[in-house]
Amino acid sequence: MESDDKALQEQLEELDIVTIRFAGDSGDGMQLTGTEFTNNTALVGNDLATFPDYPSEIRAPAGSLAGVSSYQIQFSKYDIHTPGDDLDVLVAMNPAALKVHLKDLKDNGIVLINKANFNARNLKLADWESNPLEDDTLKGYRVVAEDMSKLVQNSVKDLNLPPKIVTRSTNMFALGFLYYLYDRTPDSTIRFLESKFAKRPEIIQANSRALKAGYYYGSTVRAVKTHYRVDRAKLAKGVYRNVMGNQAISFGLLAAAVKSGLDLYYGGYPITPASDILHYLAAYKHFGVKTFQAEDEIAGVVSTIGAAFAGDLAVTATSGPGMALKTEALGLAVSTELPIVVINVQRAGPSTGIPTKTEQSDLFQSIYGRNGETPIVVLAASTPGDCFNTAFEACKIALEHMIPVILLTDGYLGNGSEPWLLPDVDALPVIKTRKTTTVEDFEPFRHDPETLARPWAIPGTPGLEHRVGGLEKADGRGNVNYEPENHQKMTELRQKKVDIVAEKIPLAEAYGSNSGNLLVVGWGGTFGALRSAVERGRKKGQSVAHLHLRHLNPFPKNLGDVLNAFDQILVAELNMGQLQFILQGTYLVKTEGLHKVMGRPFSTGEITAKIDEMLEGK
Amino acid sequence: MNDVIPTQNLTKKDFISGQDVRWCPGCGDYAILSQVQKVFPELGVPKENFLIISGIGCSSRFPYYMNTYGFHSIHGRATALASGAKIANPDLSVWVITGDGDGLAIGGNHMIHLLRRNLNLNVLLFNNRIYGLTKGQYSPTSELGKISKSTPTGSVDYPFNPLQLALGAEGTFVARGVDRDQVHLRELLKRAHEHEGTSFLEIYQNCVIFNDGAFAHLTDKEKREEAMLVLEHGHPMLFGKERNKGLHLNGSRLEVVTIGNRYGISDILIHDERNKVQALLLSELTYGDEFPTPIGVLYREDKPAYEVMLKEQIDARQKIMGKGNLHRLFHDGNTWKV
Repeated sequence: MESDDKALQEQLEELDIVTIRFAGDSGDGMQLTGTEFTNNTALVGNDLATFPDYPSEIRAPAGSLAGVSSYQIQFSKYDIHTPGDDLDVLVAMNPAALKVHLKDLKDNGIVLINKANFNARNLKLADWESNPLEDDTLKGYRVVAEDMSKLVQNSVKDLNLPPKIVTRSTNMFALGFLYYLYDRTPDSTIRFLESKFAKRPEIIQANSRALKAGYYYGSTVRAVKTHYRVDRAKLAKGVYRNVMGNQAISFGLLAAAVKSGLDLYYGGYPITPASDILHYLAAYKHFGVKTFQAEDEIAGVVSTIGAAFAGDLAVTATSGPGMALKTEALGLAVSTELPIVVINVQRAGPSTGIPTKTEQSDLFQSIYGRNGETPIVVLAASTPGDCFNTAFEACKIALEHMIPVILLTDGYLGNGSEPWLLPDVDALPVIKTRKTTTVEDFEPFRHDPETLARPWAIPGTPGLEHRVGGLEKADGRGNVNYEPENHQKMTELRQKKVDIVAEKIPLAEAYGSNSGNLLVVGWGGTFGALRSAVERGRKKGQSVAHLHLRHLNPFPKNLGDVLNAFDQILVAELNMGQLQFILQGTYLVKTEGLHKVMGRPFSTGEITAKIDEMLEGK
Repeated sequence: MNDVIPTQNLTKKDFISGQDVRWCPGCGDYAILSQVQKVFPELGVPKENFLIISGIGCSSRFPYYMNTYGFHSIHGRATALASGAKIANPDLSVWVITGDGDGLAIGGNHMIHLLRRNLNLNVLLFNNRIYGLTKGQYSPTSELGKISKSTPTGSVDYPFNPLQLALGAEGTFVARGVDRDQVHLRELLKRAHEHEGTSFLEIYQNCVIFNDGAFAHLTDKEKREEAMLVLEHGHPMLFGKERNKGLHLNGSRLEVVTIGNRYGISDILIHDERNKVQALLLSELTYGDEFPTPIGVLYREDKPAYEVMLKEQIDARQKIMGKGNLHRLFHDGNTWKV
């Protein structure tokens, strides 16, 4: 035993950064496996970023290529921004998963395979002409192919459990193996199983045994000669938890409600990938949150306008097609100058598009997509954790300026996760609303000179009875008014209400340097890939900087100057060049675009290649 | 700016906004506006707690003419907007003003879902069986064959029946009134207010320009008593100048009978607002052909309103978990310290 331990220690290798992808059939529990590995990684203290990627169908045909579900995590001892490009480890629970994902595995990377599923039927479903375990397909990789299903069955033989429960525990074997491979203990997952299935001891038993079987398989069989350790990351001091984007949004909204002293109202219709925001908020009734699952997207946003008129912090969330349905109501919110926050967790479009896949193609829709001159403030969150800050800021702007605000995230941010430094609740700014009870000289559309906000006189306040609506209204008293000069004045006023927000937002500041050869500009969920590529370029000595925009309407006041300080500008976005078009039109700058619409985020490598091309003509 | 008046001293004039009323002279909307302004001071509701919400259409100008909180929203969505406002502040007395186009065509979906959720608010649906503001196209309640601007050769579009729609959508207060029958309308408005759930009040309303006389049989002094059945809970359903005609249930069908040799008063069906099957039978009778048109409350039932149940859930959670605390929420679960 002693010599064994010694041998084991000798084979422990320190690594800086690792990327793993769990892939299997939709029913194989890959999302759960990935989430558990992530939670464990967080407890170890690594920095991490994740990318869950699953089919739109709840249960695509078993074993098919379309039915492959995956979960990717990158973890590191350094500060990282993305879930990684190429894989160090691929877990492939069936032939389809191997087929879809093998191309992303690094040379000499580890592939963990459940041999049990490599039968003739599954191989055919996955378009393998011959069995990749028996030909040259896996040459150059470190292959751990095992009949996991059988080993799991053996591990629980004495318990006489229903076969279905045993089969469904196979994913835990793979998880256990990876815990061994990265020098972890499986304790956090055992605790999770015990709390989640407290009333189903047979499930706890099956899963725990499978988990341990995988773990001991790793240590005893030595399927892989070395195992690895990734040291804690040196993150800023504080308390952390892992957070998903949609969860961080709900935290941000709650925080804004607390800091403004308002009740939070959420009216929305379920839609992928935004529904989780509704799910989270519905569980926060002890915060007084009122959630209303409306009959459709229109009722979702219109009820939100009603709640805002009645004095709540009113929010709705949706994804692209739902946003299209909300268009007319957004115009009403602009016209009545009511504070609502509308969150669009973007998906690939057009129409229904690819509901579970990410894209940034609703920027034009957000800024321009309404009838009439209907300007709206648009913000975009850049990371899962940043969803908290941006949601809070969206509420603050809406309430302090009495305007609707659109907040853009995307499927990648909404479902992705990262360690989040818990904010100090006391240090969050207080949000001062425009609520009024002053009867003297009250006019519903008299605007504050500094913010251009109108007073918020909510029903129930004596003496402030007034009418609002979608018809053009007179400045001040707010009566219906169709006079030409008044319409010109009110149109300009509504534009100024958006423009004036630029006075409150931080100036743009490029990361890396304030001037130079190339500025990489992006917005929203592409932050990680862009920042990583720029960091990589600067390490190589390239004259490259990164500017990531949170405020898309209005832009920071100095944006034109920042852009003009660089010889070249690259605008990288997951659409066909929407921000690029707006920047060129607004600042008359020449830019180059990098456009990707594949339902997947940028990889760091793709950005690096473009930077190299622009700087070195490669 | 408005004067703050004690609730018990409110009068009709306190509810007149002072904006010029722009409906066509002779429009049935005037009569309804006047009755609402008369009834509101009698409801014991502080003036600042009234909220009137409309969509788009002639009737939807209504909030501008009432000196209360008001919202003239977008086409078809008044019910959705009202839902949000009521959930946000259940203390408000919320009134939705809509029409047969706004509430049943473009806003039909929101209407049925409001009814099934049973929020405690009042819907006044002005049914004139025509589109007025867009100048005379047929509506979802226009009769088949309607000659209108958009159907010069007659519509080939079957109408539906608003009260049956409301009953089918699980409405808990379903009633009908007529614009010109002012005393009765006031009574219905009060009862709609008293009902703790969604009150659906269809008001037959005459459009003098595009569909004049659509309800003449109910407003014409000569004809009305023969054509109208005024429903009273617990009373036999009698009508006619002599009040000698009544509704009789023959098997599962209604028929009109005359009290005399063959039928006595005991053969006349007693109106029971709590009887949904009977309400469905009555709802079949709409614009008066062989049957009289019933007005009054066809149906009502008591069940908890949406916002009341939501509030109960919130209170219950706060009791169990304590009032939400951000710090505790953020630190809950797997955290680690760096």
